[in-house]
Amino acid sequence: MATEIMPGLALQKVDERIMTLNVGPQHPGSGHMRIVVQIDGDYIVACDPDPGYVHRGEEKMAEYRNYITNIPHLERPVIHDSCNVLYPYVLGAEELLGIEVPERAKYVRVIASELNRCIYIMYWLAIYGIFLGHSTMFMWPAGDREFLIDLMEKMSGARVTHAHFVPGGVRNDLPANFEDVCLRHVNYFEKRIKEYAAVFYDNPILISRTQDTGVLSKHDAIRLGTTGSVLRASGVDYDLRIKEPYDVYDELDIHTNVMKEGDAYARSRIPWLDMLESCNIIRQALQKMPKSGSVRTKLKPNPKTKGPATVYKRVESGRGSLGCYIVSDGKTEPYRLKLSVPSFRNLIALPHLLKGEKLGNMPSVYWSLNYWPVEADR
Amino acid sequence: MSVIAPKFKLSEFIKSILDDAFWAIFILNLIGIPAVMMILFFIEMPVIHGELLTPFLALSWIADPTRTLPIVQAFMETDIFRVMAFPGFGFAALIAAGTIFVERKMLAKLQLRVGPFYCGKLEGILQLMGDGLKLISKEIIIPAKADKPIFWAAPVIFVGAAAAFVALIPVAPGWVVADVDLGLLGVFAVIGFFPIITILSAWSANSKFPFIGGIRALFQMVSFEIPLILSLLGVVILTGTLNLSEIAASQSNFPWIVFLPVGAIVFFITMLAELERIPFDLPEAESEIVAGWLTELSGMMYGLVQLGTYLKLYAFAALFVVLFLGGWNGPSIVPPFPAEIITDGITMGPVTLKVPGLPVFSQEMLNGTLWFVLKTVGVIFFIILPRGVFPRVRVDILLNLGWTKLIGLAFVNIFIALGLLYAGVLGPGGLQ
Repeated sequence: MATEIMPGLALQKVDERIMTLNVGPQHPGSGHMRIVVQIDGDYIVACDPDPGYVHRGEEKMAEYRNYITNIPHLERPVIHDSCNVLYPYVLGAEELLGIEVPERAKYVRVIASELNRCIYIMYWLAIYGIFLGHSTMFMWPAGDREFLIDLMEKMSGARVTHAHFVPGGVRNDLPANFEDVCLRHVNYFEKRIKEYAAVFYDNPILISRTQDTGVLSKHDAIRLGTTGSVLRASGVDYDLRIKEPYDVYDELDIHTNVMKEGDAYARSRIPWLDMLESCNIIRQALQKMPKSGSVRTKLKPNPKTKGPATVYKRVESGRGSLGCYIVSDGKTEPYRLKLSVPSFRNLIALPHLLKGEKLGNMPSVYWSLNYWPVEADR
Repeated sequence: MSVIAPKFKLSEFIKSILDDAFWAIFILNLIGIPAVMMILFFIEMPVIHGELLTPFLALSWIADPTRTLPIVQAFMETDIFRVMAFPGFGFAALIAAGTIFVERKMLAKLQLRVGPFYCGKLEGILQLMGDGLKLISKEIIIPAKADKPIFWAAPVIFVGAAAAFVALIPVAPGWVVADVDLGLLGVFAVIGFFPIITILSAWSANSKFPFIGGIRALFQMVSFEIPLILSLLGVVILTGTLNLSEIAASQSNFPWIVFLPVGAIVFFITMLAELERIPFDLPEAESEIVAGWLTELSGMMYGLVQLGTYLKLYAFAALFVVLFLGGWNGPSIVPPFPAEIITDGITMGPVTLKVPGLPVFSQEMLNGTLWFVLKTVGVIFFIILPRGVFPRVRVDILLNLGWTKLIGLAFVNIFIALGLLYAGVLGPGGLQ
């Protein structure tokens, strides 16, 4: 049986030549997951991603806790992006509980959300660097991330898992003088990440290695249901902050980054451009934010929803559109909570992209999908 | 600690060590020294510089240290000293150890970290010793289905081949372990060993990731050996010799890199590939194939491979210096040895010490070694630097680079050398 794995390259006698590699979970090039890769020489003929090693039952846990105590554990799937992963739940809970959010709290949420997006992308970029063997690109983002973590610490009191968003606003007000410190840190951060282009994105070896590898066409990107930076790297202008604005995103001037190539290089460059855009959004939000006022609508302890209802809210997280579907039966706990996560949607494209690629392209294509294993398993 | 020795006390532990030391010295004095003396009674003692070398002479060294000089000089002329210490293994291992430390610190500064810091009071200078002790104390785990004799032998052969490479390098005029007429061919022969050792180690581990890493190493080393050999032909054409000492001596006026920059660049790139350094560290690409052909090596087996790798790094950098940067040649910056010390002696307070055996090393040799080490350290710096700047390349890009671009450039270099020779710029009737 002859199979054509590349144009002009036919494979004879498949079974004898195939070697099966278990990449992960104990492998430096996998996340908390396993990729079963079948290779013929240096070419990948089949790839079977096998997530599920860090399944924690977040959705079931949410059915036993009330709307307030659900907050700290629902941000665990992506602790680096904890504000964004909590955002759709908080928006949904507000609609179910029927509470209004103060104007200042909405701006604080936007600032926290954009800071968290940058924190997540820096962590992702660090791992992308070390996956390509670029150790400087591992250390620099991991170090520069600290500026933003310090800001989030000032804002919420916690460095990584903030639990800052609550139904009705944010947990506490900004500290005194936060606006100046934030502006200074964000300006320095923007200057710093622009330096990454010289050492990483314009590096000829990186370009020769990632360009035209793992090409995801516009049609395939939509058909496979990818989202976020993967979708935008394939030429689809889709950003929930513009298409379905939530909170105060419609009052801000947001520019979407789209690239047409759809290869691993475009997918690695789009998050970096997103970080530059996030810096702009933070500056705008700091300017337009009301200087004083309440940041939280007080809730009764153990609040109940008004009656049986369902709500679906979604936001643009660091990886793409992140949805939260809540079914309420009028009690203090949700009847059912379902997270629709971008990581799992992007992972679906992996077998499609890796088929026919070289083994050396596996890490660069795999991690360019902007995938976080813990979020996919929930 | 509480499980192993419930009543452990530090004072008793120290006392037990002192007790052991006392008994060891006691038994040595009673049995050991008389036994050695009896054996020495029946052995004919060597005579060095007219002095009978007996154990009693060693006692006289305490009163007059200058009497050790003839023995030191005699030892330095032996092959054992050359192989073990100066131009050979000890010298290379010292530079290799320095390279590892400088690499870690320099890369750390490049990446806004501090690097080794705590081990040793001064900037983690003892980190390497700590790492070595850790590797020695670790258990060596052999895969159950490995081909054990070959798997055991591969790291040792690797270090042996690297040391053989070091032996061919001339450090100063006359200071080389193996001064062979076909030195450059010897270098090619030794380099040809490394892919065989790598594939032996990888295949005998009987594991998937080492196997892929070994195959990659084989591809890489074999395909880069051709441009490596071709890039050195230019120098051989111009000098007309394969002896490395003569090639180094031929550059007393100017180094060959002035006339053959293309060959130097090709040699430097192929050197990075042969050394498996970033951006050509495909055989050890950790995000693709764990640690490549080193995956199943554990404990001191891994340590030996690392030692061999850094010895190889020193040897390649030194070869670059000898062939393109003029070897030991350089302006004389080491001051001549003051003659008064030999004729009048050194006056230290009331004592005047006469040392007729000095100087142990000639001024020429010290100056040559200094220039050689400075140039080698500079080349090693440029070998280390890409690690902080470049990502890893892919196999097809690597092979494309080796088989098309580098071989083409190597031929361009040969034509440049021939052109210079026939135009009469160099060679007979030319500058040199």
